Amino acid sequence: MTRDRRLSWINGLLLPLFNVLTAFLATGIIFLFIGVDPVEATKILIYGALGYDEGLGYTLYYATNFVFTGLAVAVAFHAGLFNIGGEGQAYVGGLGTALVALYINPAMSAWIVIPLAISGGLLFGALWAIIPAYLQAYRGSHIVITTIMFNFLASSLMVYILVNILREVGEMSPESGDFIAASWLPFVHDVFASFGYKIAKSPLNLSILVALFFSAAVWFFLWHTRWGFAIRAAGKSNEAAIYSGIDPKKIIVVTMCISGALAGLVGINELMGVQHRLFLNFNYGYGFGGIAVALMGRNHPVGILIAAFLFGILYQGGAELDFELQNVSRDIVVVMQGLVILFCGGLEYLYKPILVRFLAPVKESE
Amino acid sequence: MSDFFLTAIMTLDASVRVCVPLIFAAMAGLFAERSGIVDIGLEGKLLMSAFVAASAASVFGSPWLGLIAGMFASVVLAMIHGFASITYKGNQIVSGVAINILASGLTMILTLAWFKRGGITPTLQGDERFLSITLPGVDIIDHIPILGVVYRELISGHNILVYLAFAIVPVVWWVVYRTRFGLRLRAVGENPKAVDTAGLSVEGLRYRALLIGGILCGIGGAYLSTAYNAQFTKEMTAGGGFIALAALIFGKWHPYKVLAACFLFAFLQALAIRLQGVIIPGVGEIPVQLIDAAPYILTIILLAGFIGKATPPKASAQPYIKEL
Repeated sequence: MTRDRRLSWINGLLLPLFNVLTAFLATGIIFLFIGVDPVEATKILIYGALGYDEGLGYTLYYATNFVFTGLAVAVAFHAGLFNIGGEGQAYVGGLGTALVALYINPAMSAWIVIPLAISGGLLFGALWAIIPAYLQAYRGSHIVITTIMFNFLASSLMVYILVNILREVGEMSPESGDFIAASWLPFVHDVFASFGYKIAKSPLNLSILVALFFSAAVWFFLWHTRWGFAIRAAGKSNEAAIYSGIDPKKIIVVTMCISGALAGLVGINELMGVQHRLFLNFNYGYGFGGIAVALMGRNHPVGILIAAFLFGILYQGGAELDFELQNVSRDIVVVMQGLVILFCGGLEYLYKPILVRFLAPVKESE
Repeated sequence: MSDFFLTAIMTLDASVRVCVPLIFAAMAGLFAERSGIVDIGLEGKLLMSAFVAASAASVFGSPWLGLIAGMFASVVLAMIHGFASITYKGNQIVSGVAINILASGLTMILTLAWFKRGGITPTLQGDERFLSITLPGVDIIDHIPILGVVYRELISGHNILVYLAFAIVPVVWWVVYRTRFGLRLRAVGENPKAVDTAGLSVEGLRYRALLIGGILCGIGGAYLSTAYNAQFTKEMTAGGGFIALAALIFGKWHPYKVLAACFLFAFLQALAIRLQGVIIPGVGEIPVQLIDAAPYILTIILLAGFIGKATPPKASAQPYIKEL
């Protein structure tokens, strides 16, 4: 194997693997620190997430959200943009979905209502990303700062809308009324039942197909279209992009719209798929989780599917840990997210010098 | 004495209390960003310190030990940030996000493991927390109209950390603009190569900036849980680290202007609580959410270049790679 080939193996496979393992190891140390046997905890976690039908359903249902936000973060990363605003875009995207699903003519067929409600999520998610994108592109304000601000704005806006506008008369809790039935995405267990197979009930719904569709679409878009090329080119080198006739400002706006739109899909899983109403903080944590998923999945749709599945396992398994063990709660998943972001993101190159020295040393003759 | 005057004094008094963690965090951010490190992790450091300070104060029965423990915890996070972004030249924003999320998760896990209750530490009793101090002379000035009330209600009667927060701003100004370290700090944020060429360590300066930031955030967090409140509660920083970040930008990375921005944002928060459900003649009821969102809206408008221009230190967010 040539040195270049070895280096690409190190960068593409070994480094991410070592990073993820380090994050897990660090979690293990935290388990020991709080007096929980890490092996026991891992067993409970894996059994809870994969050991039986219902658990697996929950795992895939959580994973669906992470696919959406992971793709959102990844698309922006390819253009060299760091979209921390997934949290807010997912939230406002949910509003778009809800508006369609609440107010469309209830007599319409699901074949029209569902695509429209999904489009509502895409549109509102994109809208929530467009102002930070515009400000970055044309006024030079840093997108990280503006998207953080927009997360807080989204949260204030949604509280206002839910409390003052969408809340039904006489209701105490700030949530909307029920979506019209035609907008409900079928549960997977119902779909299986209609074919005569009986599987355990879980919140897993057909959003997972939407997630798979958009994973493929993002892959095709980024690597097989002119726009995708332009985005990746602008992300690699702004100057090279300009010389090849690409307008980096336009790229920033388009990329962020796509990114926001993808984040806006969290609502279809949570709202159209499961709760059938809009409520506070349905998006909680998925936007930030998306950062971990994208970093772990190396910004590639296949990697993101794997990473999202892993985080689905952690979410569902974490719930099981909460239930089984006294000393640990579901928040251990948040700790793991932080560790994954730290080791796969911030400390991405921690092991690189040592791996290069042992596996691909520079020879005197080269 | 009109009611309006008293209400105004009370609102200002509340602003002072809300302002304190913002000042500490914003000054911490100022050191980091002036050295060329974007510090998204202020929120996480505040939160972690608030938790550790409340835990230590409760276990050892002393707010001072709590303060020291809180500063230590915050410095540890700052050093992790430094290790990733200075030594390993990783993305500063990514490691900042990691710190926020880690702090959010760890505080929940550790409260449960140590105190058997998720997200809460035991309530601090009596002198386990920082108590308010009555300044000398309150009795003497008290009979003077207006001044007496201002002195008694607004200036006197805060705890020591409040006075420290306001005292630290001129110190920060002095360090940044009048000392050799400050000159080097500003230089390393604008042009690290020049600093390197002068034979100074870019990495060393940046680590020191983060160390100071860690200590300051630590005090801010300890204030929240052992002075302003009497225990740690889940996510008690409630975005304060990000408001501090906004204030840092709004104040254009200058200590006094940042202080003014912190106070403005704190005043808006205090006002939001006052105005809840109040109907203003001719305007109607102002939505609380709008006032809550005001710091962010103002910062975005500033960033968009509509009210002045916010230019960050030139080298911020760029790891320094030494040429060989």
